[in-house]
Amino acid sequence: MSSLHSVLGELTPLPGVRGALVVSRADGLVVADALREDVDGRAVAALAASLADRMAGVTRALGQPEPVAWQLVGSEGLLLAAPTREDLLVVVVADPAVNAGELRLRVLRAAERAA
Amino acid sequence: MTGDDIQALTAQLARDPASLVFLPLAEALRRRGQLDAALAVAQGGVHRYPEMAGAYDLLARIQSDRGEGDLAFDAWTTVLRLDPDHLGAHKGLAFLAFRAGDHARSLRYLRRVVELKPQDASLRAALARVEAALGVRQVPGFGKAAADPLRALEAEPGLALLVDLQGRTLAGGVTDRAGRAASEQVGAALAGISREAERTARLLRLGAWRSLSLEGGPAHFELRTPTIDSVLLVSRPREVPAGRLALLAERASAAARRWLEELR
Repeated sequence: MSSLHSVLGELTPLPGVRGALVVSRADGLVVADALREDVDGRAVAALAASLADRMAGVTRALGQPEPVAWQLVGSEGLLLAAPTREDLLVVVVADPAVNAGELRLRVLRAAERAA
Repeated sequence: MTGDDIQALTAQLARDPASLVFLPLAEALRRRGQLDAALAVAQGGVHRYPEMAGAYDLLARIQSDRGEGDLAFDAWTTVLRLDPDHLGAHKGLAFLAFRAGDHARSLRYLRRVVELKPQDASLRAALARVEAALGVRQVPGFGKAAADPLRALEAEPGLALLVDLQGRTLAGGVTDRAGRAASEQVGAALAGISREAERTARLLRLGAWRSLSLEGGPAHFELRTPTIDSVLLVSRPREVPAGRLALLAERASAAARRWLEELR
């Protein structure tokens, strides 16, 4: 497993990224983070883990595997997450103007490296 | 009607332009596919009898046969202004609305047709067929039956589901990987997701949530909230580009929103 902070270090330089975290899915706690001061890491971790469970519930009901990534888009920002094989979640909070395609690729890569 | 009959009617109309013979003559020409001639005769009749609903009905049927839907719509609307209970106009407008994809409107006209002639078994059967084709069913929480707004948008069934906040199916339906109906289970899983997404977006200062995209293995999913009390799921195999899926979800969401507003 790569250093989690080095994994996060590849996400935060992207313009528009407010913060990135690695979250424990089981309890919604922060494992590692790289956040702007105005981002509440504990809230992000708890909410992202909870939402990830919901997403998994939807795909499970459809007989599909768990999502490899998911994205919540709001009018003022977005939350992008990808589970790792270690029951962790790589999570990024970003501005709406972020390059979402580039961010998605980086998050998927980070989830692989964090596994 | 034979060619001789048509010739006789034509001669009669020439002798007496005010004669009502234009009605059977234009109808006979229409049935023989002589639509230009039928149109000319019907237009002459409408010009001479501008208050006759039957003349406009005939004109509308000819225009409909010519593929001139907008003109036929105008003519049948005129019929209903002259005679609000005109059976043919309601049938014609139902047909035009169906052809244009406005199924809710089509059903309204067709139901009125059956109300006007309830003893006609063929009309009742036609209504039942259209209702079945449009996926008409009782909508939970609204106490009435309505056509499924997702039916017309989805090329194949099992790929879109609209539920209320209790997870009850409002429209559409989904199947699992094995092809089994899975709307109830998925509805239950979707039930709390809107509140959860709203809470997450609010607490993380992401603004009002607009969409949730799930990138699965064999399939991708888009979630929308067409109204504050409904959630829509649209899925496609992973081969469908993400942008295309998002567009389909937006379209389905807009249709669901209009449909729910109409139901209310």
